[in-house]
Amino acid sequence: MSKKGVHVKVDEFKTDVGLFKNLELSIGRIVEEKWAEPMGPTPFPEITTLRDWDMKLLQRYKPFYLPFCDVCCLCTFGKCDLTGDKRGACGLNMAAQQSRIVLLACCIGAATHIAHARHLVEHLMEKYDRNTPLNVGGLNIDIEAPVTRLVCGIKAERLKDLEDALEYCEKQVTHLLSATHTGQEGSNLDFESKVLHAGMVDQVGMEIADLAQISVLGFPKADPEAPLTDLGFAAADVSKPTILVIGHNVPSSVGIIDYLTDKGLLGKVEVVGICCTAHDITRYSSMAKIVGPISWQLRYIRSGLADLIVVDEQCIRADALVEAQKVKAPVIASSPKNCLGLENRTENPSEQVISDLVEGKVPGALILNPDKVGEVAVETVLKVAPKRNKFSIIPKKEEIIKDAQECTECNECMRACPNNMPIPKAMKAAAKGDLNPLADILEDCIGCGRCDSACPNDFPLHSFIVKAGEEQLLKEKFKMRVGRGAIQDVEIRNVGGPIVLGEIPGVVALVGCANYPKGGKEVAEIAEEFAKRRFIVVTSGCAAMSMAMVKDEEGKTIYEKYPGAFDAGGILNVGSCVSNPHIAGAAIKIASIFAKRKLRANYEEIADYILNRVGAVGLAWGAMSQKAASIASGFWRLGVPVIVGPHGSKYRRMLLGRKDIDEDWYVYNARTGEKVYVGPTPEHLFTAAETKEEAMVLIAKLCMRPNDTSKGRAVKLTHYIDLHKRLYSVMPDDIHLYVRNQADIPITMKDEILKILEKKEWKEMGIPDPTLLPRLIRKTKGE
Amino acid sequence: MGVKEEPWQTAEIAGPKKALLILKPEVVAAMVKKAKRPLIVVGHLAAEDYSEDAKMIDYAIRMSNAAGIPVVATAHVVSEFIKRGFSSATHMPAMDIGDRLADSEWKGLDGNGPYDLALFMGLPYYMEFVILSGLKHFSTNLKTISLDRFYNPHASWSFPNLSIKDWKDNIEIIVNKLGGN
Ligand code: SF4
Ligand code: SF4
Ligand code: SF4
Repeated sequence: MSKKGVHVKVDEFKTDVGLFKNLELSIGRIVEEKWAEPMGPTPFPEITTLRDWDMKLLQRYKPFYLPFCDVCCLCTFGKCDLTGDKRGACGLNMAAQQSRIVLLACCIGAATHIAHARHLVEHLMEKYDRNTPLNVGGLNIDIEAPVTRLVCGIKAERLKDLEDALEYCEKQVTHLLSATHTGQEGSNLDFESKVLHAGMVDQVGMEIADLAQISVLGFPKADPEAPLTDLGFAAADVSKPTILVIGHNVPSSVGIIDYLTDKGLLGKVEVVGICCTAHDITRYSSMAKIVGPISWQLRYIRSGLADLIVVDEQCIRADALVEAQKVKAPVIASSPKNCLGLENRTENPSEQVISDLVEGKVPGALILNPDKVGEVAVETVLKVAPKRNKFSIIPKKEEIIKDAQECTECNECMRACPNNMPIPKAMKAAAKGDLNPLADILEDCIGCGRCDSACPNDFPLHSFIVKAGEEQLLKEKFKMRVGRGAIQDVEIRNVGGPIVLGEIPGVVALVGCANYPKGGKEVAEIAEEFAKRRFIVVTSGCAAMSMAMVKDEEGKTIYEKYPGAFDAGGILNVGSCVSNPHIAGAAIKIASIFAKRKLRANYEEIADYILNRVGAVGLAWGAMSQKAASIASGFWRLGVPVIVGPHGSKYRRMLLGRKDIDEDWYVYNARTGEKVYVGPTPEHLFTAAETKEEAMVLIAKLCMRPNDTSKGRAVKLTHYIDLHKRLYSVMPDDIHLYVRNQADIPITMKDEILKILEKKEWKEMGIPDPTLLPRLIRKTKGE
Repeated sequence: MGVKEEPWQTAEIAGPKKALLILKPEVVAAMVKKAKRPLIVVGHLAAEDYSEDAKMIDYAIRMSNAAGIPVVATAHVVSEFIKRGFSSATHMPAMDIGDRLADSEWKGLDGNGPYDLALFMGLPYYMEFVILSGLKHFSTNLKTISLDRFYNPHASWSFPNLSIKDWKDNIEIIVNKLGGN
């Protein structure tokens, strides 16, 4: 059955044109399926199909709006002042406006992933074979695409089968986006429901992208021992001609590696990457290396180490071409979504393009054919590298000191800096020849370059900071395990029980961008803390890179210290942004493989299962993008809470539970139909933590679920209380909400906790078979 | 001393409704005295900024002790209160206290009813900015005061951007007027 497999068969059909016999018509693709499971209730859900589920979530996790802006300027009625209870000319109020902006962000994020998936699938079908079987883990994986199966109700077996799900996603995003038009949706909660829908289809889009590239390009297939790769400024031998790739969509980078391989040039040219393209190209080839996360762009380009830059799409600096020109490095743009104003040279003879780039006649070229990108990039870099001689615009120490003496301490740089870095003070020290305070800034600097733009003296402050920290930076080389892709079914079977019963205290997903409040080292610290505590730590994207960038006394990174298996104490990098659905997929597979819940188009039941039983939490410590917003919302709808760093407060809306309102925390006991209080588990669906300490305490707390066994709850409480005491120096003040009976109390803390319970007039509560869905209540005979 | 309604982080512009400038610290003391149910919300930077002899947390403690104002310590800063022998701070994430303050039905930390004045200090500038915005738009009957040394435009009242010395002079006056020493 297909989502729109309209199939008409008529024996005889008479029209003005004539008589047709035995006519068979197919509108849309008919997916032939070998999936015995009967179709569930919600195949290819439309934008209101899961609205009831959303409202259940939103009733408990109410939006707290944090308007970044007091006005709306979306149409020519505006600007409208929406302060307080005012309404705009269209009748919209502030709450609806905020939720509309969140929806816009999530539509942008989802559209980006879905378009990425569309491009990948079409490219791979054209270049390889439409019938390539989908394979993410060979015999180790039976459920190849848990999200797509759950949402769409289809089992895709070949590359071409993904197109139905893609079309579905595209349609949904169009509908969702249309709801943001003036005079469409008026209710903030309905906007929020649509936000959740955007997140859900985003997960499908991402899953398709990763499924396609893993299957066709031979990435690691659910491999806990995926190879270690090098990361950092010193990861590659930059004395060789060096190509830097930036972005997320890997075909052009693959084109480069393939060309090098075909021409026997591997080892003669270095290929290094920034952001998710770096993840994916290291999944493709061990020849590629990683520079670092998104925030490493300016420092690397300005250092002049890259002789040629290839950009594809997403999270690429809009001034990449401008910066590249300063260091005389040609740029190849390779995505229709990011043409950078360059002339389209796709149809020109390669020699002509290469010669124009080498001679500097043009700063760059747009080439929309990945194989051609490979050829042009490699041939150009071989000729450009000796001419450039690693030309850098990082200033000399003396130049910095001289400029620093002209600094007026006007504070404009600091006031432009998202992290309020004390640049004026550092400049004062630099004026006296001490560059250490500038070097200290590098660690917490997110590389945005806003300080440069702000300085009335036009000092290239980011370059000053890079120079000050250069000695250390140029030596840096870390080991990171490349993206392993999916989680094996057997891994799920092994840990499903312990997770659902609460004995593995939780699954923590450290994901997202690099907009950190205090540098990437905090991500490494959080990851290690929870791996040591025997949580399962999963990671992807820039966070996966940041956590590699810290070494212990023996010089080892966490990827060398902890196994890459989906098991207690493991740290697993699933891959790039589009690999995130493997994390959602693991939660879905726990419900499906371990608990044998029906998977096919059965979204609500599986989400209800995850919300009530699977202690999984996401932390996007440096979440920046609209994609991060939609990724998070995909997790919310599935019942997985997400924490963001303090900059994430600028997403304008949290989804917060109120532990002080008892009525909010009742579920049905599926065994009896009774409504029972289960405590605030999990307390929030989306919140921003102010510090890493708060994030760690929240992670431990948000892993608690109504279904935990007493043994499991005691383990979870131990971690929560232990972290709270260590980081806050006090006991948590809400333990009484999480202890259901005496067996839940961690043995070592029994006396202390009993005293607290007594003071709070605590009463014992039962442990139900929890659900929010009345239809899952198992009625006994005669009822 | 700058006296402009200019946000510290250049692009964090708000309005049309913006915080009124606190030009005379005595006014803050008077507002606190007049308030029926004031509250101080203290973020983690209170223990880090601004200098050894001008830490926000110490002023928060003095204000609380002088005027009997309850303190909510966000993130992990409660440990710093304890270190200083101040044990009555309630700890709560910044988002949680923001959310509760926006709810006119909330009965407060002690169950005695909603607050009418919330004083903020020590949160990251941009986080305080959006939380104050949430309160400006969605709370009823709550006034907010930003006591950091930066103009935070979504508050009801805020200091302008101040030097550490000027901030210290101002906050000393507030504490003294409240009866602290
Ligand atoms: S969309 Fe509505 S609120 Fe926004 S500018 Fe137009 S009329 Fe005003
Ligand atoms: S480049 Fe670094 S120091 Fe400069 S404004 Fe951005 S984060 Fe701050
Ligand atoms: S903006 Fe420029 S002149 Fe002003 S303090 Fe910063 S470095 Fe100095």
